[in-house]
Parts: sequence; structure tokens; C-alpha cells
Amino acid sequence: MTDASALYQLKGLSKRYTRGKETVAIFDGLDMTISQGDFIAIMGPSGSGKTTLLNLLGGIDKPSSGEVVFEGQRIDNLSQGRLAKWRAKNAGFIFQFYNLMPTLSAAQNVELPLLLTSLSGKARKERVKTALDIVGMVDRAGHRPGQLSGGQQQRVAIARAIVADPKVLLADEPTGDLDRTTADEILQTLQLLNKELGKTIIMVTHDPEAASYAARELHLNKGRFEEKGKA
Amino acid sequence: MNDATLIRKNLFRKRLRAILLMVSILVAFLIFGVLGALQNAFTAGTGTAAQERLVTVNRINFTVALPYAYWGRIQQVEGVRNAAPASWFGGYYQEPQNFVQSFAVDPETYLEAYPNEIVLPPEERAAWLEGRTCAIVGRALATQYGWSTGDRIPLMSNIWQNTDGSQAWELDICGVFDDTEGTYPTNYLMLHYEYFNESLAFGRDSFHWITINTTDPALNDQVSQEIDALFANSSAETSTTTEAAFNEAFMEQFGNIGLILTWVIGAAFATILMIVGTTMVMAVNERTREIAVLKTLGFTAPRIFRMVLWESLLLSFLGGLIGLGLASLAAAAASGALAGFLPSFGLSLTNVVTALVLMAALGIVTGLLPAYNAMQVRISEALGKI
Repeated sequence: MTDASALYQLKGLSKRYTRGKETVAIFDGLDMTISQGDFIAIMGPSGSGKTTLLNLLGGIDKPSSGEVVFEGQRIDNLSQGRLAKWRAKNAGFIFQFYNLMPTLSAAQNVELPLLLTSLSGKARKERVKTALDIVGMVDRAGHRPGQLSGGQQQRVAIARAIVADPKVLLADEPTGDLDRTTADEILQTLQLLNKELGKTIIMVTHDPEAASYAARELHLNKGRFEEKGKA
Repeated sequence: MNDATLIRKNLFRKRLRAILLMVSILVAFLIFGVLGALQNAFTAGTGTAAQERLVTVNRINFTVALPYAYWGRIQQVEGVRNAAPASWFGGYYQEPQNFVQSFAVDPETYLEAYPNEIVLPPEERAAWLEGRTCAIVGRALATQYGWSTGDRIPLMSNIWQNTDGSQAWELDICGVFDDTEGTYPTNYLMLHYEYFNESLAFGRDSFHWITINTTDPALNDQVSQEIDALFANSSAETSTTTEAAFNEAFMEQFGNIGLILTWVIGAAFATILMIVGTTMVMAVNERTREIAVLKTLGFTAPRIFRMVLWESLLLSFLGGLIGLGLASLAAAAASGALAGFLPSFGLSLTNVVTALVLMAALGIVTGLLPAYNAMQVRISEALGKI
């Protein structure tokens, strides 16, 4: 049965890898529902499959079996080309090491996802300015990544993730490379995006303090979720 | 910003590498252009030579003279309408480097042999036929040395000696000729065979070739065979061919230009192909992570394939066009100095079109593998984790 109000539904999700002659199951028969507007922190020990799960949610990887349903439609059976288009429209990605293009300015990095839309140049510029404004980086628009600090680069990366107005933000250790103060600033920005703009955020982290910014904490262990409730 | 911005930024991310690659492509196309211009110059004569004209030379080669008496005997061969003898003068003006392509000819028969190639006003034509020391010069040559009708010039020979002990022949320029269609070269001079022959210190009463017009081009083979049979087993056997074949044979004394061109260009392009191809593969491999990010953002594999291919094409066309441009400038600069010897030294439309096709081919061949590799990048493997 499909829950019409759910943003994501994972049904009997399994992911197995082959290492030599051995088949390793990351998780087997995982079920999960993520609602619109959720801010979920996924925690767990190394190798528990956090990043693999994020890859499946982002349409980057495909499950060995089971279904990934997004807004009532399966995405796990889409072709690579359709998945790319799905990602461009629905998902924003935030990486641990920012992954900005070193040859492009901050504004040009933010504009990248908009090249996949039919927006005019003028409309794209306005969107870029708004996104940079949200993360407080308008005054650094012309700077290249090499001229920015880690925290500033991650802010630009967040602007890039939100500029096309996706329905979900997928963040993999977004503060893993930052000091505490900067990490808190980034997490506050994510929290703001969740609360003020209603963005659904799924964040993988090792850091309990980072996880505390989320509305829900899910602990992935041995292929199963353990949910920790929050006040 | 658009895909073109990304392509340009990626190409020049390592400026020195991009410039060095471009220079290597530039050099290949510079060689292509200059050698192409040279080939044009060497093959120009064969292009304009009339198929219906025959040329008789000594069977050994055209530099070995034929006896003067052959002219009269050839005129008697059935099917021969006109026979025009000529000798290579080997002229230069003032300094040996001022080469002047010049022939000693019989004016009347030569004008009849080349009605479209040599067009003179009637009074200049009459003056040339009458005046023993008269010479006519082509428009291009007259322009090159600033000569005009009425000038008297000393023309030196690097082959012959005058009876007065000098190597100079005093010539009156009695006419400047053009051609009817603007397609034939006008970079040469002709003087009276009689004046030349009378004043020779050695080698009198001989000529180097004879141009023949037949009464009907269908008779050419027969006439050729009859002329050569006429002088078979003599001390100066002849070889009679079409003028086009003669011109080709003349150019082949400098070597097979077409073959040399093919080998030199082939070697240059094979080297460039390996250098640019390998470097492009490495350059794209260095960007695997960035390509994975683009794919994550939603750039499709075919779009990334196209972007890398365009990058390779851009590199090829930038280097190629600059190289071709430099070749064109070099040809233009050299054509003035070489006008006397190689009047058609320059790039042709065929050269330019061939170069453009080569640039596209180079860009595609060197870009295909890296573009394919980029298209095949797996996000999860390239990023390790998203």
C-alpha cells in the first residue's frame, strides 16, 4: 500500500555487494517512510550502510531488491537518464568535502543545477542571488572555491543544493570537515531551511551534536533502524 | 553561463598544458598549410596544361638538348599543325637570387601554340615579331620588377655565355602579356630564339623542347609515336608526351611532392594524435570527481559525453585555425619572394576545407575515448560517498 502523504517510502529494500566470491548484504528488507518536511539524521557505525541508503534515496544507486517510492512513484526502476532528470528536479546534494568546481566562481557553482532547467539567464541570476543570500554568501559570489574557507564553501554548496528548489536535501556528513563553530552555523542554516522553507532534509552524520539539530534520529545498525524520539 | 562556459573553463583549467597542446596542433597545421601551398605551386602547371598539346624532349631528360634540325622534321609529320621550339634560358635580373623564368622561343609558332595563355595588344605583338632583341614579359613578372614596355634590361643567364664573354643579354621589353582567363601564370619572360642562338658562345643550334599542336587531338597518340619513331636509334632519341604529363615529369625532378607531403603530414598528425589523445584522457581522468558531481546534479551521461567531445574539438580547432592562419600568412609572405619560380604558392580552398575536416577528425578521435570514459563514470565509485 502506498502512503499518499509520504515523500519517500522504502519497501523491503535490500542492497547486496559482491566482494570476490562473497556476497555482502548491507541491509535486507528495510522499510521506512519519510514525510514531507522531515529533518532526519541517520547515524550508525561505519559500514552500516548510511551512505548506501543516501545513494538509494538520491537515485544514485539502485537496490538489489525492494522499492524506493518517491511521491507515490517508484524511482528504483527508472533508467539512468530518467534518474538524472529526477535528481535535477527533486534532490539537492550536500557533500562532506563540498565538491565545488574549482574553475567556477561561487555564483557559477550555484548556477550549475539551473543549467538543467529552462530558466532564462536573467531568472537564473536572480535565483542564484536569492540562494546565496539565504546562506549569507552574496558578497562572495565572484570568489572561486580556492579563495573561500571550508565553511564558506559549504555554504555555497548548500546554495547550490537549494537553488533549483528541490523537494529533498540529501547531506552526507555536511559538517564532517568543519570546526565546531562553523559546523553549528551550517547546521543552523540547514535547520532554517527545514523550518522556514519546509525543505525535507536527510542527513548522514557520525556527530551526535550534528544529529541533535534534526527532528528525528535514526540509528542504522546491522541493516535495521532504531529510532530515537525527540522532544 | 552555459555548457560552453564549462567547456572553455575545463579546457583552460591548466593554462600551460592547454597552450602546449594547442601549439603542438598549431605546428601540425602550420606544416600542413605550408606544404599544401608548396604542392599547389608545384602542381599549378599540370592543372593549366592543355591536354591537346604535345611536348617533345630528349629521351634522356628535358635538360639534354635536341638538334635544331628536329624542328623542321617534326613540322613535316602528318597531323602536326604547329611546332614551337624553346630553350631554357635560366635567367636572373641583377642578382642571382632574382630568378626570372625565361625561355628563348620562336615567337610566331609559340604565340600560335599558346593563344589563350599569351595575349598581347596587336602593336606589341607586331613589335615582338619584328624586333630581334625584343622580349615579352608576363604581367605578374613585369609587376614584380616594375618593368614596362619600352624598358631595356640586361638579363643574365646562369647557364649560357654570350659571345662577348658576358652572361648578359640586352633585351628590349616590347610587350607585357596577359592571359585570357586569368588562370594561367604570367610570371615568365620570352626572348627571340634567333637572337639567343646567334650570340651563344656554346651549345648553338639546339633547343630543349618543342611544343606541338596537332590538327586533331584524336591524333595525339599516333603523332607522338611517329615523332619518337622518327628519331629512334639516333644520337638524340625523343620522348613525346602530352604537355600535362611533361609538366608532371618536370615537377617530379624535385621529388614526389604529393608523397612527401603525405608522409610529413601523416607523421605530424600521428604524433599529435598520440600526444593530444593521451593528454585528453589524463585531463579528463583528473576530473572524475567533478564529472561525478555533475552527474549527481542531474547532468545526463550523453550531455557529459558531448561536453568532453566539444572540449577536444575546441582545442583542435583553436590550434588548427591559428596554425592554418600562420601558414596562410607565411605563404603570403613567401609568395612575393617566390613569385618568379613558384607563382601559385598559396593555400587553396581545397587546402582549407581539408584542414577543417582534419581538425574535426582530430578533435573527434582524441575526444572519443575521454568522452566515453567521462560518460561511464559511476557516481558512487567516483565520489566514494556522496
